[in-house]
Amino acid sequence: MIYDAVIIGAGHNGLVAACYLAKAGMKVCVVEKNDWVGGAAVSRSLYPGFTYSNCSYVSSLFRPEIMRDLELPKHGLQILPYEGGAVFTEGGGYLGMFRDHDANRREFARHSRHDAEAYDRYSRDVLRFCRFIRPMLMRTPPDPSSFKPRDIAELIWLGRKMGEMSERQMADMVRFWTMSISDFLDEYFEHPVIKAYLAVSAIIGTALGPMSPGSAYVLLHHYMGDVDGNVGAWGFARGGMGSITQALARSLAAAGGEIRNGSGVESVIVKNGHAQGVVLSNGDEVRGKRVISNMDVKRTFLKHVAEDQLPGDFVKRVKAFKIRGSSGKLNIALDSAPVFPALPEGAPNLKGDLHFTDSIEKMERAYDDWKAGHFSRDPFQDVMIPTMIDPTMTPPGKHFMSCFVQYAPPKIEGREWSDADRDAFGQTCLDQIEKYSPGFKNRVLHVEVRTPRELEAEVGLTEGNIFQGELTFDQLLFNRPVPGYAQYRSPIKGLWMCGSSTHPGGGVMGAPGRNAAAQVLREAKLPNRMSDAYAVL
Amino acid sequence: MNDLTHFEVPLRQTPFHARTAVLNKLNRWGPWAGYMTALCFGDEAMEHTAIRNGASVYDLCPMVKYRVTGAEAAAFLDRLTIRNAGKLPVGSVHYTVWCDDEGRVLDDGTLFRHGVGDYLICCQERHLPWLLASSAGYDVAVREVTEEVAALSLQGPCSASVLDAAGFDVWGLKPFRMVRFAFQGGKVTVSRTGFTGDLGYELWMEPAQALPFWDHLFASGAPWGIRPIGTDALNLARIEAGFIITNMDFIPADQALREDRARSPFELGLDWMIDWDKGHFTGRRALLAEKEAGSDWALVGLDVPGNISAEGSILYHGKKREAGFVTAAAWSPSVKRSVALAQVEAKYRKGDDLWVEIYALRELQYVKLMLPVTVVERPFFNPARKRATPPGRF
Ligand SMILES: Cc1cc2nc3c(=O)[nH]c(=O)nc-3n(C[C@H](O)[C@H](O)[C@H](O)COP(=O)(O)OP(=O)(O)OC[C@H]3O[C@@H](n4cnc5c(N)ncnc54)[C@H](O)[C@@H]3O)c2cc1C
Repeated sequence: MIYDAVIIGAGHNGLVAACYLAKAGMKVCVVEKNDWVGGAAVSRSLYPGFTYSNCSYVSSLFRPEIMRDLELPKHGLQILPYEGGAVFTEGGGYLGMFRDHDANRREFARHSRHDAEAYDRYSRDVLRFCRFIRPMLMRTPPDPSSFKPRDIAELIWLGRKMGEMSERQMADMVRFWTMSISDFLDEYFEHPVIKAYLAVSAIIGTALGPMSPGSAYVLLHHYMGDVDGNVGAWGFARGGMGSITQALARSLAAAGGEIRNGSGVESVIVKNGHAQGVVLSNGDEVRGKRVISNMDVKRTFLKHVAEDQLPGDFVKRVKAFKIRGSSGKLNIALDSAPVFPALPEGAPNLKGDLHFTDSIEKMERAYDDWKAGHFSRDPFQDVMIPTMIDPTMTPPGKHFMSCFVQYAPPKIEGREWSDADRDAFGQTCLDQIEKYSPGFKNRVLHVEVRTPRELEAEVGLTEGNIFQGELTFDQLLFNRPVPGYAQYRSPIKGLWMCGSSTHPGGGVMGAPGRNAAAQVLREAKLPNRMSDAYAVL
Repeated sequence: MNDLTHFEVPLRQTPFHARTAVLNKLNRWGPWAGYMTALCFGDEAMEHTAIRNGASVYDLCPMVKYRVTGAEAAAFLDRLTIRNAGKLPVGSVHYTVWCDDEGRVLDDGTLFRHGVGDYLICCQERHLPWLLASSAGYDVAVREVTEEVAALSLQGPCSASVLDAAGFDVWGLKPFRMVRFAFQGGKVTVSRTGFTGDLGYELWMEPAQALPFWDHLFASGAPWGIRPIGTDALNLARIEAGFIITNMDFIPADQALREDRARSPFELGLDWMIDWDKGHFTGRRALLAEKEAGSDWALVGLDVPGNISAEGSILYHGKKREAGFVTAAAWSPSVKRSVALAQVEAKYRKGDDLWVEIYALRELQYVKLMLPVTVVERPFFNPARKRATPPGRF
């Protein structure tokens, strides 16, 4: 049996690509090393009665056009908007977040009247950048060195979008791409805790500190999604992030696609410079007219393709691709809801993101530890309790707590992580929560601690980088993953890329998978029935 | 634990809430600048009639207010706004706007001069960061005082009589002037201003005086049928008066996501306020250039045939080419015609061959109308009683 397409990896992007290809009539087979699907968008049960979002935990970037095209709601997907959030401050105070605009303004005003009023202008400016970037998410970047009519047309389109901007707006944008989030926020706000809250999205998943140039773009990457048109808002996938990939798997089955679990790809079969399938670690061969890799670009080309099949320059560039791990994660089963005495009783804040880092300086100190090859002694944590609104993940009254942690280096002072390092890392995070929620540790039933080591081992994310490669400007658009190969193709005929290493990058977004499928279908001269990208605001 | 309750009461209640809540028979409230505000107390037509026939009271508290004080308050406001704030006499009020550096309007509002170095800005949107940044280098203090001032708008042909009965002699008070009265150990400021295009006054006080003042005013006004009105009736009156509202008829420049949405004073028909001779003000260079080169848009008043409101309609030139859009419209009970405010591309400002496409709802079914419109002068409704001093006694 020769498939039209063999997809390596059942991450959400691999599944999105597979679905579009299957819907267009191709025979597709997804091969996944794990016994489950989902990659970093997965829900697993590691403690009886509890479901975790083991890696990613909130959704905003996942393109609604994809949900519609692949009929994911019909296949069980529900995205739940959430409210709340708080930064706890040293000394027992807090800054709370509210969905209601006026309540939120009054809360900000409690810390700074100036900042409360500056917030609207700030949001406006960030939304302006979103309006520019969003239409690019579901387009294949042009190759600026090519003279193909399509590349030229795409460059003209880009030029026209730039042309719509005033000189001043253009200048603001170029500054924004290259700025640190700390400098950017200083232009709007005065209060440290407000700045600390707003800086969060700029450090999640990146090996940059809030004072590193380029961190402002990372913020935009987290801001350009939406929940039902509410740009910048995040939601939960009901049942955990695995619900997204479960729905994709059902959609794929409905379109006649196959998934083979449990044995990973050892190598890509390349004959006469053309990819012809894969060999699995159990020795099986899966043959296909084309192979599409959902693994990151380093893993794909440095581990599973024979180096002599690749141009030296390409290999050099792939080796230089920055994919530094910087994050860890704790997944915790709780016997009862934690109490944070700083919050008013009955406040909705516990339903949103909880942070314990009340200044940008503290975030930068946490980053300093990463640079020194250590996990942060006073880490930044993005803590969420999805079961505050999702009734499906735990027994009633019990809770699942997801703690995303910056920073954790890929190696500890240059050596591999040991189990003792991992446990010390976990303890540091639990201690930090306990400080703001006395008695918290007594509620803990089970903890899954994940350092970059575990993330790489399970999901295959090289160095544990959650985006399959840094989102810095040198690695975006037509430079992602490497110059000359931003159009989902590789130097080997018939070997394609569809993971987050490709444009427009990481997060549970689905756009790389869809764009890759569009290119594959275009080359195969098959019709693609993808909805046009929705208008932004 | 602490006692913060934004999440329980996201919208504030004004100092008059204890009275308005009881009178709001329909319980129809809407948000305005972070406050609960009555949309209609019971009957919009009766409330509109009170504005044009007797005396109406609108709770103005949510209006955003900034107090500007200091030796260089006038110089600062001359720099900030397009009009001449220094020439505004103490005890007077003027309507004004302020722009960004590109000469695009940030907001409009009324400026009250309480003392040589003491002004109050009343407006729709929030501007504290802009005001503070603009005040750099001036000997002024800018403070948001929205919550420190309670205010009512008393409007209608009998409003002077009502005030007279309440013990406030305003017979000599001219439009855009203000006067201060003692009231129960405190002070109430009465300005002859309003948003209805009729005879009317705005009454400013400390929040602690709000309820006693309300009771006193309503007791005094009973013979003239004084009644509270909601935003719906006020909106109808302001359309008749041809007044524009920020974020309804234009988007403030600092909120516009699309750069081409921002508008200049020329484009809103407010260029008559610009004082070119007062020295530099924010936006001046851009506005001077626009004066030379011409504007892209114009705000016009429209007379619409028939009796259906043109709210939310698109305008066409020669029935085909999109020429603009209606920003506010109503059937006007006061002028007995259908009127509209609209933004049109500047080349269509005269209104030749201009058409409006209206979706008229007739028993759950929309019927498309294409009607020729005429550009007319604003205000649509402009009674002499609005300006008469002394005003008529009833
Ligand atoms: C801890 C963590 C938290 C995150 N939080 C969020 C969040 O809240 N919201 C958000 O939007 N994003 C979040 N992200 C980022 C997001 O989850 C990822 O960027 C995204 O899921 C990557 O999807 P992908 O399909 O491109 O690749 P992956 O999910 O990495 O999929 C690759 C797949 O390939 C498989 N594979 C690897 N090697 C082989 C092999 N040899 N043979 C066969 N299969 C193989 C893997 O098992 C995996 O299934 C988070 C990521 C992590 C790690």
